[in-house]
This record gives sequence, C-alpha cells and structure tokens, in this order.
Amino acid sequence: MTKVKKILKLFREDLVVVNMGLDTFADTLRKEQVKVVQMNWRPPAGGNPSLIALLDKLEK
Amino acid sequence: MYSACADSRLNVMKKVLVLKNAYFDSAFLMLVSKSVKQMAGILDAALVMATEVNLGILREIGLLEDQELSASPNDLIIALQGKSEKALEQALRSAGDLLHKRKTRIEEKEEYRPVSLEGAIKMMPDANLAIISVPGIYAAREARKALHAGLHVMVFSDHVALEDEIELKKLAARKGLLMMGPDCGTALINGKPLCFANAVRRGNIGVVAASGSGLQELTCLIHHFGAGISQAIGTGGRDLRKEVGGLTMLTGIEALKSDSSTDVIVVLSKPPAGQVASKVLARLRQTGKPFVVHFVGLKSLPASGRSHFAGDLEETAAMAAALSKGRNYRRRASGSPGWDRIVRQETRSMAPGQKYLRGLYTGGTLADEAMMVFERQGFHIHSNIPSDPARVLRDPHLSVRHTIVDLGDDRFTVGRPHPMIDPSIRAERIAKEMEDPEVACLLLDFVLGYGAHEDPCGSILKTLKQAKNKAMKRGGYLPVVTSITGTEGDAQNREKQRKKLESMGCVVMPSNVQAARLALQIIRKARHDKG
Repeated sequence: MTKVKKILKLFREDLVVVNMGLDTFADTLRKEQVKVVQMNWRPPAGGNPSLIALLDKLEK
Repeated sequence: MYSACADSRLNVMKKVLVLKNAYFDSAFLMLVSKSVKQMAGILDAALVMATEVNLGILREIGLLEDQELSASPNDLIIALQGKSEKALEQALRSAGDLLHKRKTRIEEKEEYRPVSLEGAIKMMPDANLAIISVPGIYAAREARKALHAGLHVMVFSDHVALEDEIELKKLAARKGLLMMGPDCGTALINGKPLCFANAVRRGNIGVVAASGSGLQELTCLIHHFGAGISQAIGTGGRDLRKEVGGLTMLTGIEALKSDSSTDVIVVLSKPPAGQVASKVLARLRQTGKPFVVHFVGLKSLPASGRSHFAGDLEETAAMAAALSKGRNYRRRASGSPGWDRIVRQETRSMAPGQKYLRGLYTGGTLADEAMMVFERQGFHIHSNIPSDPARVLRDPHLSVRHTIVDLGDDRFTVGRPHPMIDPSIRAERIAKEMEDPEVACLLLDFVLGYGAHEDPCGSILKTLKQAKNKAMKRGGYLPVVTSITGTEGDAQNREKQRKKLESMGCVVMPSNVQAARLALQIIRKARHDKG
C-alpha cells in the first residue's frame, strides 16, 4: 500500500497535466475539462548531442 | 534565414530549404508534407526537423543529394521534388502558408507556453501528470526530469532505448510514481482519455495492458457489455520482456489492488517471458480480487478460484463484465446460425481462383489476434509481424498467399502519420490488392476515438467501391469483413461509421475476433466451392 500511495492519490485527484509534445493530446484533455499546460518544447541545446550530455552532467 | 539549391535532371526539379530555429512537431509536419505532396506538379515533398535520422531518410528517398547541409535538429527542412520551377514555387508558398497559420493559431490563443518543465510547474503547481510525445531520442531525458519533479509520467514516444526504459521504470518505482510507456499509446486515468482512447463508461474494472489497440478494443467491448472502467493503465509494449521484468505491470496491479473503485482486475499482454508471467500471476493472486488474464496468442484455460484466463479480447471483456456484476462467465460456442447465411451470400458470386485472405490492419494487437484465429485452424499467415519468423514478408508492401499486415508498423510509417490518423496508407494498399484476382476476402479493423481520424470508415468507401467493382468486372465478388473499435460516445460515432461501411456492402462484426472468424469461414467456403 505504501509503495503505491502516490498512485492512489492520483486516482482520487483531478488530473492536472503538463503536455510536452503533440498539441492534439492537450486539446483532447481540455475538451474533457482537464487542466493542461502545453509546453513550447524545443530540442535541448539546439539538439547537439555532446552539449546535451554536458547539460545532463551539470544538472546531475 | 535559409539556404536553397535546385537541381534539374530529366525534367525533375529539386529544391531544399533550411529554415533556421523553426521547430514544429512531427505530426503537424507530416500533415503539411501530405498536403504539399498532393499539389499539381509535385512528385514528392517532405517537411522534417533536421535530425541525423531525418537527413538520412531524405537522402535514402532521393530528396536530398549528398551535399553538405548546414542544419541542426532545431531547423526545419523543406525538401521538394517537382516537374517545374513554378510548381516548386507554388508548393513552397503553400507550405509557408500552412506553417504561418499554425504559428498564428498558437499566438491567437494567447496562451503562454513555458519552454521548461520548471516553468510549466510554476504555472500549475498542482500538476500531477506529464504526457511526453517529443521525438524518442529526447523523451527519456524529459521523462527523467518529470519523475524527479514528482510527476507521474506517460511517454507516448517510441524509439526510446531499452536501457533508458529500465532506468526510468526503476526510478519511478523508487519514487512510488506511475511510469506508463515508452510507446504507450493509450490510457484512461480517472475516466479521462490519455492520447488515443475511447469514450467508455466508468465502472469497477481496472486494466493494466501492454498493448495499445488491444486496450482500446478491450475497453470498448467492456462498455458494450454494459460494464465500465475504473482505471486503464498502459505499460508500453516492452514492459513484460525479461529485461524490464514487468515493472509497470506489477506496480499497476498493486495500485488496482488497493484502489477501492476496482473490483475486477484485467491484465493484457503478448505472451511474456516465463519468469515475468509467474511474477505477474503471483501478484494478481495476492490482490484477493477476481482477475482475468489474456496473453494474446495463448488459448483460454479453465478458471480456478478467482483466476480466469481468456483466449481472445472479446472473451476477456465478457469475463470481466460478468465478474464485475458478481456473475460467473459462461463460455459460448463461437459463431451463430446467422453466420451460415452471411457466408453463403458473400461467397455465392465469387470467381474460381479467389482463395486468399488479405488482412489490412491499423492496430498491431488486432492483427495478432486475427492471425491467431487463422493459425489455430492450421492456416499459414504471411505478415510483417508473423508469429512464425519463417513467414515474414520479404517485402511488407507485397502480400503473399494469405497475408495479414500491421500497417502501423515502423516500415509503413517512416515520415507518414499512423494509419489510424491518416487512412491513405491503407487505401493505397487496398488499391494494390484489388489488382490481384486471387484475393477472396479483405479483413479490416477501424479504430475510433480521441486522436484517430475524424471519419475512418467514410474516407475509405471510395477505394472499397473501386475494389468491389474491379472484382465484379473480373466476374467475381469481393467480400469485405470489418470490425469497429469504438463507442457511440466517440466523436466519430460507431453507429454512423457502421452504417457507412454497410452502405458499401461490407460486413461489420461486433468485434475483431468475430470478424476474423467470419473471414475464416468465408475463405474455407471459397476454397471448398471454387477450388
């Protein structure tokens, strides 16, 4: 029970969603009266793999 | 900012443009590509972000020469091939208009869109779930950040490395969070549809599934049987592999065990690795709740105590619905007296030599289920996702004898939307099949719901009419057997969709497994009567 406490809490709450990517998933949820924030997602570090690896290291 | 180059050879002109720092999501770009491709004088067109993979694909399909291109994954590439400079210019203008409209639409909404997860959480501090559908190479990184921020996560993206999936699921387990996916196409949490899902009744049946189209068919059938769903958790297709060990499946079962709204638990997956199956079954027994297990491809087994094992998706739904109302499930014989009449009617006007099945599917698990129906009766089915590797189609675009293809497979969707979103992949395939006089039956699935095409059945009628007419001109008849995964509450409306198919002389069955069984009887009768 303790291992899934947070999941059971989710089941009892209203969904509040961060949508990262396709707009259509946010549109669907809004129609269902779900609170959604749509992110303006862009590839990190301009999509440069070595810069992303560096960012990951710094963020750790 | 852009750079351009043009090349003319044998009256084929090419143009490649790079738009710097112009990010658009792939689903939108595929729709623009499709629209531009249909313009007069345009031979091919692709709008993609300049990732290494996309550049490779453009080179492979000949839209990009081997020239050096100064572009990063944040830049948009517009690659066109046309018959004249004028056609290319018009196509470019049209693409520009569509991109501009999209940008304006977002700006008109006056909606502030945070660029970082931190910004999003600041805007909505009570956020509890992140849905991630960014390109696969970035998805694990974003999911990790969301889990660290304490959010439950659903990753729709595919092409996420297996080792990343394992790491993310272990991290979620440590934090007590739900991690659905990668490659999780559908879920229903608290009655809300996530990504591709149908409008189904709420109820007391909790589902954990490692299959997208399987979960959609199952929840819709439960709805049709008068029961409903408490929670439907998607795990992603690889969760029950030995390496992942069913981490999300086990967490999902544990959560449904303690969820007071769930009285019956259903588990759905392709047959898992042996030790994972044992763990899943042990965890289910510990719940103390009645449960139904369906491992797609495996036969049903007799019930024992609270444990029930179903042999197909419809039986799974029927068992769960009965149990949810405190009743015992009684196994019914398949088929009904009405089937003989349909089979006679559909085979009466066939020509000699019509003998093969062509199953053209948009749902992978639905294709698996249809293959299982035929193979259990001794048929050899060729496929791009065969149960026996010896029968893999050498070219997935060409059918061989009895064939069932999953048109949602990567090999069909490179640079194109999934066939549940864009039915043209299947229309093109039907156009090929209609030239083959040996085809005795088309077997098709239609999936409705959020995210799916607005009129999947209506949009294919013209092609089906052509196919039926072609068969008739050859002195034969082409049966088309279908099923529709959806409900009356879906925007496309199952009843309206059904009527459209029936108006074209298609047989619409109540479930995929029944459609496959009817197609099997049609093929058998055709072979018996027409040889």
